[in-house]
This record gives sequence, C-alpha cells and structure tokens, in this order.
Amino acid sequence: MLAGILLTLVSIWYGQNHGLMPVEASDDAALVDGLFNSMMTVGTGIFLLVWGVIIISLIRFRRRAGDETDGPPIEGNIPLEIVWTAIPAVIVLVIGVYSFDVYNALGGFDPEAADQPDVVQVAMLPGEEMATPLIDSAIQKPMSAHHHHMALGVGADPETMGNAPDLTVKVMGLQYAWIFTYPESGVVSGELHIPNEKDVKLIIQAQDVLHAFWLPQFRLKQDAIPKQDAELRFTPKRIGEYPIVCAELCGPYHGAMASKLYVESQEDFDRWLQAQMPTPSSSEQPVATTLPENRSAAELLAVHAEQIGVDSTVLEQLHSQHDSQGSGVISLQSNLDRAEPITEYLPST
Amino acid sequence: MTQTEVQPTVSAHAHHAPPERKWWHYFTFNTDHKVIAIQYLVTSFIFYLIGGVMASAMRTELATPNSDFVSPETYNNLLTLHGTIMIFLWIIPAGAGLANFLIPLMIGARDMAFPKMNALAFWMIPPAGIMLALSLLVDAPQAGWTSYPPLSLMTGKVGEGIWIFSLLISGTSSILGALNFLVTLLKMRVPSMGLNSMPLFCWSMLATSALVLIGTPVLAGALILLAFDLLAGTAFFNPSGGGDPIVYQHMFWFYSHPAVYIMVLPLFGAISEILPVHARKPIFGYRAIAYSSLAIAFLGLIVWAHHMFTSGTPAWLRMFFMITTMVIAVPTGIKVFSWLGTLWGGKIALNSAMLFAVGFIAVFVIGGISGVMVAAVPFDIHVHDTYFIVAHLHYVLFGGSVFGIYAALYHWFPKMTGRMMNEPLGITHFILTFIGMNLTFMPMHVLGLQGMNRRVALYDPQFTTLNQVCTVGAYLLAISTVPFLFNAIWSWSKGRKAGDNPWKALTFEWLTTSPPAIENFEVLPVLTWGPYDYGVEHLSEGEEPPLTSPELQPNTSVAS
Repeated sequence: MLAGILLTLVSIWYGQNHGLMPVEASDDAALVDGLFNSMMTVGTGIFLLVWGVIIISLIRFRRRAGDETDGPPIEGNIPLEIVWTAIPAVIVLVIGVYSFDVYNALGGFDPEAADQPDVVQVAMLPGEEMATPLIDSAIQKPMSAHHHHMALGVGADPETMGNAPDLTVKVMGLQYAWIFTYPESGVVSGELHIPNEKDVKLIIQAQDVLHAFWLPQFRLKQDAIPKQDAELRFTPKRIGEYPIVCAELCGPYHGAMASKLYVESQEDFDRWLQAQMPTPSSSEQPVATTLPENRSAAELLAVHAEQIGVDSTVLEQLHSQHDSQGSGVISLQSNLDRAEPITEYLPST
Repeated sequence: MTQTEVQPTVSAHAHHAPPERKWWHYFTFNTDHKVIAIQYLVTSFIFYLIGGVMASAMRTELATPNSDFVSPETYNNLLTLHGTIMIFLWIIPAGAGLANFLIPLMIGARDMAFPKMNALAFWMIPPAGIMLALSLLVDAPQAGWTSYPPLSLMTGKVGEGIWIFSLLISGTSSILGALNFLVTLLKMRVPSMGLNSMPLFCWSMLATSALVLIGTPVLAGALILLAFDLLAGTAFFNPSGGGDPIVYQHMFWFYSHPAVYIMVLPLFGAISEILPVHARKPIFGYRAIAYSSLAIAFLGLIVWAHHMFTSGTPAWLRMFFMITTMVIAVPTGIKVFSWLGTLWGGKIALNSAMLFAVGFIAVFVIGGISGVMVAAVPFDIHVHDTYFIVAHLHYVLFGGSVFGIYAALYHWFPKMTGRMMNEPLGITHFILTFIGMNLTFMPMHVLGLQGMNRRVALYDPQFTTLNQVCTVGAYLLAISTVPFLFNAIWSWSKGRKAGDNPWKALTFEWLTTSPPAIENFEVLPVLTWGPYDYGVEHLSEGEEPPLTSPELQPNTSVAS
C-alpha cells in the first residue's frame, strides 16, 4: 500500500519535472508537452511497477542453495488477468482521446490545410529538364487537382480555421538547404524570419528528395514531399532564435541541412524584410542565400555547415570526394542546377 | 492445462545403428532441422558481429559533432547496412534458427514438414548476406534500411540494386521458412498434443509465420517496383515521372512494421519457455499468452502507417493508426504481466538464461512504454525521425530480440551441443550487456526530445556530451560479446556434459538425448503432462517418461 502511494507520487512528480523537452516557443508546444507529461507519468508508474516486481521477485523468490523443489503450481488467476487487461485498455483509451483532442487543438483537422495557395509554385513539369516557375495559372490548376486533394500537415486550430493567415511563407527543401520565399514581398532567404504572435502558415515543398521540416521548440514537423505540398500553421509566442532541422534522410549531408528560425517583433521583422528587398538602385545588395550560378556547392553549404560547427574546408574536401565518386555528382550538383530558377522570380534588378 | 493420460506401451523394438553427425555436415546442404538450425544461428551470429562492427564505427564517428572518422557517404553506407543486416540477417534468421531447432522437438516430430525446402531456405541467407556485406567494397547502398525513393533512386544504382536483390533473396528465404513452420506446427504434432497443449514457443511461431506469409510478399512487390524504377527508368515511385513516393512507404511498412513482431514474437515465445523452467513454476495464464500472440499478429498488420505520421498521411488516417497502435499495448501488457506472475512466488535460479530472460522483460518494457508514447500523433510529430525513435527501436529490438536470443542460446545450448555453458562467463556477459545497452540507448531518448535528428553524420555540438556517453556504451556492448563468444566456442568442445535434461524441464525437447539423435526421438513421446506443470503432484514418475512405439501410436494412443 505504502509502496503504491510512493510509486504514484514519484510518477506524478517525475511526469511533471523530467525537464527533457526543449523550450516551448508556442502554445501548441505547451499542449504537446502536456500530453507528453501525462504519458510520462503513466509510463514512470508502469516502469516502477514492473522493475519493482522484478527486483522483489529476484531477491525474495530466488532459489536457496540445496532447494530442489518446485514452486506452487499456480497456473493463472482469471480476475487478476481481467484487471491487467482492463487497466491498460483504459489507459490507452484515455491517452487516445487526449491525443485526439490535442491533435484537434493543434489544427490537425483543418480541411484547408495544404490547399493550393495563390502563390507562385516551383515544380518540375513532367518531361522538362529544368524546374519552371509556374506562374501561369492554367498550368498550375491541373497539377494541383492531381496532387493536393489530401490535407497534409498541421493547419489552423479550430478557432482560426477559415481565417487567412497573417503571413504565408513557402519553404522549399532541397539537398542540403531550406529556401524560404515570402510570396507577398518576393523575398527569398536561407533563414526564416517570422513576426511574434502572428498566425504563420508555412507551405512545405521539396525540390528533389524527401526532407522533413522540423521545429523542435514548436514540436512541429512535416515531411517535404516532391510535388505534394504540405502545411504547418502556428503562432509563435516567444521571441528568439531557433534551429530548423531536416528530419528525413536526404543524402550524405543530411546532418548539415539546417537553418535558423528567428521569431522577432513586428518592427524587427518589417525591418529585416525591407532589408532583404532588392531596391532597383542598389543592385549589388545580395539577397540572403540566393543561389547564384558562380557559387560552388561547398561555398553554399558552408553557410549552413558553419552553424553546426563543421569546418568548411573539411566540407569542401568531402564534397570533392563526393564528386569523384561519379554517380554522387547527380545528387548535389544537379539539384543546385534545378534550384537556379528560384532566383528567376526575384524581382528583376 | 490439458493433460492426456496414456498407458505407456512398451517398446521392445529393434534398433538400427544410428548414423553419426559429423562436423562437416554443417557445411553441406543437409536436411536435418537441427543442422539447419545451427547453420542459421551461427551464420546469423556472424552477421550480428559484422553489423556490430558497423555500429561501433558509426558510434566512433558520432563521438564528435564533425565528420572526421568516416566520410558522410560512408556513414550512410554503414547506417544502411547496419540496419539491414541486423534485421534481415541477424534477428530474423536467428529466430528462424531457434524455430528450426525447437519446433520439431517440441511437438514430437522427426523433422520439419519439408526438409529440402528448409535447407534451401537457409542456403539463400549466405549469398544474400555476403552480397550485401561486400557491397561496402564496391558501391554500398546509402538510402537507409527503409530505402525511401526518390533518394534511393539517386544514390547509386549498383549499391541500391544489391540492396534490393539481397532483400528479395532473404525475403524469399523467410517465406519458405514460415511456410515450413506453419505446416509442421499444424500437421506434425504427436497425436496426443492438441493446439492448446502446445508449448508457447509454438504458438508464437504460429503467429510469426502467419505474419511472414502475409507481409513479406508485399515487401517483395515494393522492392520489385523499386528495382524497375531504379534499373528500367519506370516511375512507380519516382515523382519526377509522376510516381508517388508515399505508395512505396505504405507498401514498405505494410511488411516492415509486422517485421518488428516477426523479430520479437519468437523471443516472446522463448521467454515463455525459459521463465517457468528456471522459476520452477507453471507459466501464469497459458491461454492468455498464447492468444495474445495471435492478437499481436493481427493488430500488427493494421498499424503500419504510424511510421508515416509526418509523411503524406491525412488526418483521419493518422487517427486510425494511432488507435490501432495503442491497442497493441494491451496484448503486449498481458504477456509482460503474465511473465511477472510466473516469476512471483517461484524458486528463481539466477543463471545466465534466466538473467537474460528477466533482463528482456526489464528493458523491453521501456521500449513498450516509449512505443505507446510515439503512437500518440501529436507527440510523434515532435520525435519522428529523431534519436528518440532510435532509442525506442533499440529498446525493442536489442532489449527485446537480442536479449531474448541470448536467453534462448543459454537455455538451449545444452540441448543443442550436449554441453553446459560456463555460468560465471555468462553472468559477466549479462552484466556487461545490460549496462552497455542502457548506457548506449537511454541517453538517445533525451537527444531526440532535445532536437537531434537521426541518420546524421554531423550534428549540433550542443549534443556532444550525451553522444559520447552513447559511444562509451556502444564500446561496452562490443566488449560484452567477447565473453559470450569465448564461452560458446569453449563450451561447445570442452564444457561440462549436460545430460538429457539439465534444467529438469518438461517440454518434449528435453526427453531426448543431448544433442538429439538424427531423427530426434527413438520412439515418439506421448503427452502425459502439460508443458509447464511444475510443482504438480503427479510428476513423481517423471524419471521414466512414458513412451510408445511409433508404429502403434496413431491407433493405440487414445486419450482417456
């Protein structure tokens, strides 16, 4: 009895104080953490119960030297078996309902999620060598009809469902970088800046292979799938700098495919956006991480490699090894080629 | 438990001199299920060592955040081969090896239903495995053991081609093996043994075989289509030609989730055999354990898309698979609690077999708890494809399957070889493995929650300390196999003679000689007690197991 009370108290305490999760940067993250804490409480309880029974059994019921007899012939106990079938069933039922509720609150059931937005789309048309920006809506329509009838990702929460987001950013994953396009201003960037406390919608796309866009501090992740748009919609609540991680194996440099998310005040965000916009007079002002043709792949990667502590010379070396292996060339170089058209829909300078 | 009382019919029966088993038989196309079993176990253990060396190389690379020990391409080769080898060439064939050895002996048969097919199934493993392991020398696959397109179509045709064909061969082997187990279990039991008096290992192999037969052909289909995409330029899965990479994921996981149960169910069965023997107590809740295997197998077929919660899976599908996945915790919980019920009140011998069996329950339960957690979609969205998953799957597959295989080896080694293993070395092996395993995989939970993605050769320096702990644990695990290897090789030739039944166990395999004669039983055994009737009174005449002559059996052995 005492052990039971102690076990319960320890479980509840640890479930709330495990400190295993990173910072919560949105209300959604807090919801997910609430679910995790509950599961952690139950999990700790089960862990202590099972390990406790094992340890007690091994000590109390160990075979004494010289004892060759058998234990009591107990073959089962139906009421006990019903109890330990019913309790887990109830636990998973409760966790299931709780998860469903959290998923709904996150916006998992937004039927609008991943609907084709009225922004420029980049995709390869079948049969074409190079990706073409599909500004022509006549071309765009049939493609979206084919590939976007299913809602993918996490959309708006039930309260804001149906409202237009405050900001939409297109996220393009390619080996080994994330490219962020702000359709309203035409800014293209290698890092993601969003204003704090604003409803942000990310449209997740992939250029070449599967990637996954992960924001650990927001507990949000969505695979980027070629030709199949997905969406993440959330409201940041904490100003700061957060990692953006690729969480789907996308090639040898998968570990280096990272970027930064900056949650800023509206003023800082506006200032940043303004600075990114190439003005007609100063044409040499570079847009952050656009992909000019004369930059080598290693130079491009270096920006991202630096953030995770990889020496860019090492990277260059690795990259040249990579090239020398022949077939590997396709993966990196050709994708950089394919990425070029992104620069085409920058406002011409 | 079912008991069948049979009058022992005396067999005064001419013996023909039994042929001897020679060492070189183990290198031939031999159709004896016991030879095949040893072939499976030794071969798969060699692949375990190869996969382990790869894991050690990966952990060495991950001791620092930079890419400094192997190139990122090589790292991806290693992670692909490590996963594939451990699953398809170690755990699955090791399970097949145990099943091969035990099923005919446990049900009182002289061999498997299709001995030649059995040998054929084994001999497909070495070429598949050698081809895969040697691919490292030419152009190894590097798209992970999941081999998702389009990446798998872009990373080198040779390596990916080898990977596909290696898996097709080992998959075919697996199908042939499962067919054999199923028919043997259903058709070759001694007449006195009903389904409900089969040892629990047989029940778990019934469930495993059904899963293999349903799941593996779907994987084969996916692999063949992938091979067409890779080699013939079709676009089943290639989005640049209009294909859908998500369809591959569905087909792949339709097999590969059940594969988890294919890997762990045989060991659930083995644990259910080992615990009663060394706790000297009947298994607690025979029918619950037996039927929960079937429930797990059934549910295991309808949970696959939980591997795709962040992929191209719409909301309602995410919810459906979340519920089915969570429900699987119920039959698994029944097993764990029944095992605890078996231990409670017993007279537990703390030998190597028992330590690994109890260790199995202890670490597997951690994998089970994290398994329910990752079933919850909102939480899985955070941890999918992170080190949390790496931790979870190793708690299930290392803590579950590998601990189970070790327990089974220590338990049945005397029967397989006729000699006992050395206990102090076995206990050392257990302690090193138990500490090494938790040291390696426990910190990975934290890494994943904190934001470390999996399958990376390079990582954020903030994760360095925990990664170094994991690396130390991995080295400890590597070292832990040394006492086992030494023990197994030395005991095989020099160990103490075991006798027929060193554990005083009740299942049929302990009624024959150790190692069993070529046709297993001189006269086929008859079921006179349940497989776990420890402590039951009527066992006093147990020294002289009642036997009947095989010729008379079908007609005279009538159950009372």
